[in-house]
Amino acid sequence: MVTSPPKIEVRDLRLAYGHKEVLHGVSFAVPSHEIFGIIGPAQSAKTSLLRCLNRTIEFTPHIHVSGSIRVDGQDVRRVPDVYELRRKIGMVAPLPVGLPLSIYDNVAFAPRCAGLTNRQELEARVEKCLRQAALWDEVKDRLDTLGTKLSGGQQQRLTIARALSHEPEILCLDEFSIAIDPVTTMRIEDVLKELRREITIILVTNLTQQARRLADRTMFLWNGEVVELDRTEVMFSDSPKDRRTYDYVQGNFG
Amino acid sequence: MSPAAFASSRPRRHRPAYQRVIERLVEGVIRACGASAILFVFGIFFFVFREAAPLLGKLDWHQVLFSQEWYPTSRANVRYGVGALIVGTLSVTGLSMLLAVPFGVGAAVFVSEFCTGRVKETLKVLIELLAAIPSIVWGFIGLSVMNQVIQALFPAPVGLNLLNAAILLALMSVPIMVSIGEDALKAVPDSYREAALALGVTRWQLVYRVLLPAARNGLLAAVLLGVGRAIGETMAVLMATGHAVNIPHSLFDPIRTLTATIAAELGETSVGSDHYRMLFVIGVMLFTITFIVNLLADLAVRGVRKR
Repeated sequence: MVTSPPKIEVRDLRLAYGHKEVLHGVSFAVPSHEIFGIIGPAQSAKTSLLRCLNRTIEFTPHIHVSGSIRVDGQDVRRVPDVYELRRKIGMVAPLPVGLPLSIYDNVAFAPRCAGLTNRQELEARVEKCLRQAALWDEVKDRLDTLGTKLSGGQQQRLTIARALSHEPEILCLDEFSIAIDPVTTMRIEDVLKELRREITIILVTNLTQQARRLADRTMFLWNGEVVELDRTEVMFSDSPKDRRTYDYVQGNFG
Repeated sequence: MSPAAFASSRPRRHRPAYQRVIERLVEGVIRACGASAILFVFGIFFFVFREAAPLLGKLDWHQVLFSQEWYPTSRANVRYGVGALIVGTLSVTGLSMLLAVPFGVGAAVFVSEFCTGRVKETLKVLIELLAAIPSIVWGFIGLSVMNQVIQALFPAPVGLNLLNAAILLALMSVPIMVSIGEDALKAVPDSYREAALALGVTRWQLVYRVLLPAARNGLLAAVLLGVGRAIGETMAVLMATGHAVNIPHSLFDPIRTLTATIAAELGETSVGSDHYRMLFVIGVMLFTITFIVNLLADLAVRGVRKR
């Protein structure tokens, strides 16, 4: 793992909204097939960091980004096709965004836009993704109802299925479990453990225990700075390098 | 907790009297505003209908609806055939919508999704300016500019015809469609855009697969307002159509519309005469046409929603 080049390499990433800098030089590298946890309180720019990866940050006006992000060794700001980059990265937002389409069309949306028209392949893809998101059994009989009619937890799993639908190599989950009950969360966590054989996963979470359960390595981001980045066992042990990490993961922060 | 603190934390049952009065008053005003819309629609319909009513029983409806013989002032044989006028109104409206809808929706998408900053602001101001041009000015442009352009470009003997008026109506209704359509697109949550773009779709795919379906009700409303403007427009079509009672067979035939007929002739009739009443019958017809258009659109929206 050490010898292979990192899947994602972020070097001295700085991000400012207007004059307010929210990421103050963040560096880390994620090797392939790792589950990389990012923990940290609100306002620590976790979501902004993810949005830099697939360059959706560009839709926010007045931003300034410096430093470099490399995916597969290629600078994301110099990729020939930004859409290709975005298809390589699946993104799951904290609050589910069901597009105003049917369940089937929600999942088939990205493959279709990428040019997949064969009906059988599409159906197979949709079923596979819905199964991976632990949603298939609940919706298989009503694939043509509106995705927005599902419950919050189901919608969130729908967005996970959708994020997998374009067969990404990297899956970014941004606090995916805040709208999902614990049992379903566990099912999805099992799915993630399976998925890591195929893809690289970045898991941003408010639940420190979730990072502890899943992540190989965990980064503690606080106020836009990396406090500590280490193997998850170390981060959650009694002796992480930084006192703040200990306080945060043990729940006696502040 | 002390008893005093407990008492003060309970919700107060009685608010001051003046607050209750104001609340009633505001509620009453809002109710009145809502009711007034209904009142005005029915009021207008009632007064137009009242003027038209005495004639309704006397008309030969087959002639009225299907004949193109409009001779309201003939001494020997008065004929009130508005067939050509109805065809005129529908054809000029239809043609103008064919021109205006693609432009209007396209411009709305462009302004809303592809423009930012100063370009967007400038465009919006210009489009609103376009909407503010009085229809008589459009009519003037039709008479003086479009007339000659059409004569120069097409093999038409006269430039005052169906095409001329349709272009004017399109120019008049596009700004309305753009500003309402842009609002409709703006109302689509940004999270849709971000979610779709994060899936690696291009901006065009975003527009026609997500935004247009999501904003379809608002866009339909925008188109309808445009249709309403086109059907109801009087002055510009009076000046630009050629104002000849005629069922058009080509784009370059002159036509006459229902609205222009009322405008041109109402001043010439004596109040209470059959001709006068017939013009009000035409008013009722206009009412009916717009009502049907709105109804169809409503049904279409419901049909789409149900799916």
